[in-house]
Amino acid sequence: MTDASQRETLLARKLAAAPPAPSSPAVLALSRRHRFRPLEALPWIAAAFGFFAFPDYLSLGAQVFITILFALSADLIIGYTGIVTLGQAAFFGTGAYTCGILAAHGWTEPLSLLIFGTAAGALVGFLSGFVVLRTQGLTQLMLTLIVAIMLQEGANKATDLTGGANGLQGMEIAPILGLFNFDLFGRVAYLYCLAILFLGWLALRMIVHSPFGRSLTGIRESEARMHAIGSPVFRRRLLAYTISAAVAGAAGVLLAETTQVVALDALGFDRSGGVLIMLIIGGVGRLYGAFVGVPLYMIAQDRLAQQDPIYWYFWIGLFLLLIVLFARGGVLGLIDKLRRRWVR
Amino acid sequence: MGGYFSAVISIAFHGTAFAMVLYLVSVGLSVTMGLMGFVNLAHGVFAAAGGYVMTTLLNDYNVPFPAAVVLAAIAVGLASIVLERTLYRRFYGGAELDQVLMTIGLIFMSIAVAKYIWGPSQQPMQPPSYLSGHFDIAGRDFPTYRSFIIAAGAVVVTVLWLGLDRTRLGAKIRAAVDNRRMAQSVGINTSGLFSFTFALGTGLAALGGALGAEILPIFPGYSLDHLIYFLIVVAVGGLGTIRGPFFAAMLLGISDTAFKYLLPEFGSFFIYALTLVVLLWRPKGLFGQTGRA
Repeated sequence: MTDASQRETLLARKLAAAPPAPSSPAVLALSRRHRFRPLEALPWIAAAFGFFAFPDYLSLGAQVFITILFALSADLIIGYTGIVTLGQAAFFGTGAYTCGILAAHGWTEPLSLLIFGTAAGALVGFLSGFVVLRTQGLTQLMLTLIVAIMLQEGANKATDLTGGANGLQGMEIAPILGLFNFDLFGRVAYLYCLAILFLGWLALRMIVHSPFGRSLTGIRESEARMHAIGSPVFRRRLLAYTISAAVAGAAGVLLAETTQVVALDALGFDRSGGVLIMLIIGGVGRLYGAFVGVPLYMIAQDRLAQQDPIYWYFWIGLFLLLIVLFARGGVLGLIDKLRRRWVR
Repeated sequence: MGGYFSAVISIAFHGTAFAMVLYLVSVGLSVTMGLMGFVNLAHGVFAAAGGYVMTTLLNDYNVPFPAAVVLAAIAVGLASIVLERTLYRRFYGGAELDQVLMTIGLIFMSIAVAKYIWGPSQQPMQPPSYLSGHFDIAGRDFPTYRSFIIAAGAVVVTVLWLGLDRTRLGAKIRAAVDNRRMAQSVGINTSGLFSFTFALGTGLAALGGALGAEILPIFPGYSLDHLIYFLIVVAVGGLGTIRGPFFAAMLLGISDTAFKYLLPEFGSFFIYALTLVVLLWRPKGLFGQTGRA
């Protein structure tokens, strides 16, 4: 799917054909692939820098972190497992509404809300996965979409619980650990979201490099072969789907906690489609695509969309076309290509 | 008892009219999916285009209604060949994600273009005088235009089924759906067949969009707002068939009308739940025949 994984597949084939000495470059490359590289510190350094450099944009920064976490959750199933989804917002919204409804009823402790929302996202992912993952192609796509739309319609009609189209208001969030209150400038929100994003990223990074994560990539590349070697394909997919839903649910909780309002758009198509677009801009199936694509998209949206939403849709549509036609790996894919050209 | 009976008739009537529109719009999507394996989320764009062309011809150029409908279908069908040759073709057999993103891009662009040219509001749609009003059967009122939609839909469905079953072209299409490589190797020009079926499918969608403009009003967000309905028809019907989507459209049209009439406080919730149940029971759809999904 991506250049990086193609290279890896080639590498693995070469290794299978003629087992090389343990010190050969190929073996070293595969055995070190999960180690931390210096470049991976870059997003975190940039985030720390942003905290001091742009004190007026901390709220936007927190939103960017939330969306990156959400995009990471989508990358696990789209990029690594090969399940195309148009309904990732279902889990995001579940997390957000779980947090919002509990908070509106008096449960205001943010960390436990985060746990409840994550669990609720996972539960919805697990249950809907049973239907969604039994199908393929267009049907699967339709089902991912329908789960989100159904929840949105449910939230829209259950006005007593969710506030319906007016959104859920009047929720209060207690200080984090009883110490840090969400302030007007978004300082606490910024650092809180950054911390949770870091944990989520760490967990997902561990998962995709684990044997389980490698088997997901195997399923993406060839379902038939994974069946043939006895891999429980459906169960693996369902687990990946559930984990992804849990992370998306966590992102939803963060949004509810930092903005203290939950509206129907938490479950909407714009969110599900938007995250897909952000991923493809950055690069799918590489964990860092989200870190590039999300800020690019959100900053562009912040600058352009408010001025003229019509043109914004036109340009984003055209941009999508151009990316799938000419730059399938997204920005990171382009950088990879350039780097390889220079190195040789 | 009388009121109960009349509600059933009314639901069946309006549901069938809705179903005809859904079928006309969606059948092309099912065939494109079965034939080329292409997930064309932008299919509704062609239906909206048909509606826009027809209402423009009707309102701005005073073209007679039948001519406007036929012209809209033909124009959209022909224009879609250009798109198929230049854009869609590159993605046949490609990654599903690329097809999805490409067609979402098309949807976004079409929404912007429609807003730019026709504005954000609904297109006014006046059926001609001889098709407006009501007529009377056994003491009961039926809207003339919706009866016309049902009749026109029935004619198109019959022609389509006969064409696919009895003509040489239909046999070729069926052969290509069942096994594209085999069809190719016995000398069928599958590339030409793709273009033709694509144009036929989009032309039918345009016809559905134009005729159905009174039921599903034409506005810029048309292709996105109704996408889920078109996808349900195709997925529940089963891919690559033209009969399956018909029964799925009937099921969806009538049950949607019934739910909205009887349980308006739940909106479309039950339709979605019903779809989930049907696909849990039969993941390949009610009439899915081909091995691939």
